[in-house]
Amino acid sequence: MQLVLSEDQELIAKTAADFAAQQSPVARFRALRDARDPLGFSKPIWKEMAELGWVGIPFPEEVGGAGLGLADLAVVLEALGRALAPEPFLPTVLLAGRALVRGGSEAQRQEWLPGVVAGDRILALAQQEARSRYDLRRVATRAERAGNGWRLRGEKIQVEAAAAADAIVVAARTAGGEGDAAGVSLFLVPKGARGLEIVPQTRIDHRGVALVRLGGVEVGTGDVVGALDAGGDLLEEVVDFATAGLCAEMLGSMSQAFSITLEHLKSRQQFGVPIGSFQALKHRAANCFMEVELARSCVLAATRAVDAGDPEARRLVSLAKARCSDAFVLVTNEGVQMFGGVGMTDEYDIGFYMKRARVAELSFGDAAFHRDRWARLGSY
Amino acid sequence: MSDLETFRRDTRAWLEANGPVSLRGIGNDPLHGVWGGRKWQWTNPAQKAWLERAAERGFTAPTWPREYGGGGLSGEEAKVLAQEMARLRLPQPLIGFGLTMIGPTLLRFGNEEQKREHLTKITRGEIRWCQGYSEPGAGSDLASLQCRAVPDGDDFIVNGTKIWTSYADHADWIFCLVRTKTEGKKQDGITFLLIDMDTPGVSVSPIRLISGSSPFCETHFVDVRVPQRNVVNGVNNGWTVAKALLGHERSMIADAFGGGAGGKRQGLAALARGYLGSEGGALLDPVLRDQIAQNEMDTRAFMLTVQRSRDAAKAGHQPGPESSLFKVYATELNQRRYELLVRLAGPQGLGWEGPGFEAEELERTRDWLRSRANTIEGGTSEVQRNIIAKRVLGLPD
Repeated sequence: MQLVLSEDQELIAKTAADFAAQQSPVARFRALRDARDPLGFSKPIWKEMAELGWVGIPFPEEVGGAGLGLADLAVVLEALGRALAPEPFLPTVLLAGRALVRGGSEAQRQEWLPGVVAGDRILALAQQEARSRYDLRRVATRAERAGNGWRLRGEKIQVEAAAAADAIVVAARTAGGEGDAAGVSLFLVPKGARGLEIVPQTRIDHRGVALVRLGGVEVGTGDVVGALDAGGDLLEEVVDFATAGLCAEMLGSMSQAFSITLEHLKSRQQFGVPIGSFQALKHRAANCFMEVELARSCVLAATRAVDAGDPEARRLVSLAKARCSDAFVLVTNEGVQMFGGVGMTDEYDIGFYMKRARVAELSFGDAAFHRDRWARLGSY
Repeated sequence: MSDLETFRRDTRAWLEANGPVSLRGIGNDPLHGVWGGRKWQWTNPAQKAWLERAAERGFTAPTWPREYGGGGLSGEEAKVLAQEMARLRLPQPLIGFGLTMIGPTLLRFGNEEQKREHLTKITRGEIRWCQGYSEPGAGSDLASLQCRAVPDGDDFIVNGTKIWTSYADHADWIFCLVRTKTEGKKQDGITFLLIDMDTPGVSVSPIRLISGSSPFCETHFVDVRVPQRNVVNGVNNGWTVAKALLGHERSMIADAFGGGAGGKRQGLAALARGYLGSEGGALLDPVLRDQIAQNEMDTRAFMLTVQRSRDAAKAGHQPGPESSLFKVYATELNQRRYELLVRLAGPQGLGWEGPGFEAEELERTRDWLRSRANTIEGGTSEVQRNIIAKRVLGLPD
């Protein structure tokens, strides 16, 4: 495992950074937020990203993808994270798309993935519930046999890209009780299904998220993704993949938040000198620097381990998520403090990064959750 | 067969023939290392034989040129040698500041006469060196040092005091920073000087630390006469040498505490199981369990960062900014680890000596005390953060 970017990855990173600077500065995200955009992202920009080949990076070639890995996609996610680009890589590529790649039937893959890779179809994954916190097996949504298929009842929370999705992959319990390890299954629910209700939610990061209410939605047996009752294992693998990808995005966001904070420290004058000359701030900036560098090493290691199918991959994903959660929160908290009063205003971008840091931290488990998982995987 | 494979085969055969059987399996336990020097007391004849044979072969300083007592090996060959020694778990035949600090410094900055006079004596373990940098009035502000060297004919007359001179009471020679000019910028009046500690006027007094041991000394110079030919890199040009050596020292400290090496490192979780008990595999104290995970994860993140830096160097990139964090992070991490080790032991972690405590418990507690120096020696954490802020982040003075 080499913890450096390959030449190809350097090239993708450069293209993505240029794209972010020209077509997707933070001002674009701000405009979407100000307009209360119902999707929370731009479909034309998503199409452009697909045409650049980014959406297809981790998909197999037979559905039009590049057949590359998470380590390659990570450099794109990092660049977009810098600019807070809200396009749905997480729900469409890393979660639902990945679930179909790993668990989907041939028919499901052929029906959905070429359109996803082309940037024409959006997918979402509805897993989290009001009481589940980060436990993927804690699923109260139930699927009952109904004729030749299944009937789904329950409510999912903060489902990213649900409003834009052409189909939603839903985790529901087909056997056992709410917290049992086995008995969870995944179902593909198409947009507009009878009994499916999408209720937009507004979160501090203004990504397009929604409640997904399943009021007796009926699906066929061919809509089960992966093996019946074994959806929990598939979900865990998919969420690990997505978590490592999210970490790459977090790395980009925290790097940029730190970068604009450093600029502020150099330019803001008080007592007749730049405030960055004060040792109290220098040392804290040095701490932020160290945490970002350590986070970078962990993201490089986790994404490569996932690609390699390394037996240690799960631990390294937890390492990366714990690290990135703490570092992103530290850097943005310090950022707001160092910006001072203007850091509290909506006009400055640093607040966007701080709010996004909280959302990312509390997605797929915070640092404490992943320390516990690290310990469990280490048998203590 | 490639040259490297031939080298491996020959080296393996040589080690099998010459590595004393009684030393195999010992590995590099720092407590049993051979430091050499005029005052060295041999307690084990096998160690003496091992040093003599290895020095003859150039294996005490594998990468130094052969003409100065080294092995003339390439970096790759030296790595093979280390692997083959590790295979037999043979200890380094010789350790010390001659090999790690002043030797590489002389190879880079010394003149031919200095290299000829000193390097072979280092590789043979005949002369033991110590470092004279800090002074009672010059710690973090090292460049303000006051130990004076005044020219007198072909000599300097040296007067002053050096502090934290590690193992000066066992050393034969000392490499010193001395002041040779008092006006102008303080860094521009410093000279790097080699002093034989047998010279009249040199005296040493050990300093007792909070851990009870005395690895450090104060070294006093009263009208000590030192030939001017012992100046390295020219009069008033010592600061350049000092900075290079400090950088080297910091990377050594980072290596030593980086969590990877060292047979003494029993896993935190395994140790905790003994003190805390476990149920269904999980440690019974959830808070300490969390702290253990945090420490292990910090260690892993640090080691991955060291690996990233090495991978980047191998790929031909310039050293990245990440290397500037090694010293400060590694030492603070080591302190957190020892804090946790003592806390895990509970009241059993409080022993100083005597009955009721295991030898390992006493050693861990002393090591914890010693670890408090990690963030002070070789540039304090505060100085390191200043360097990161200035050189890496570009924050103004």
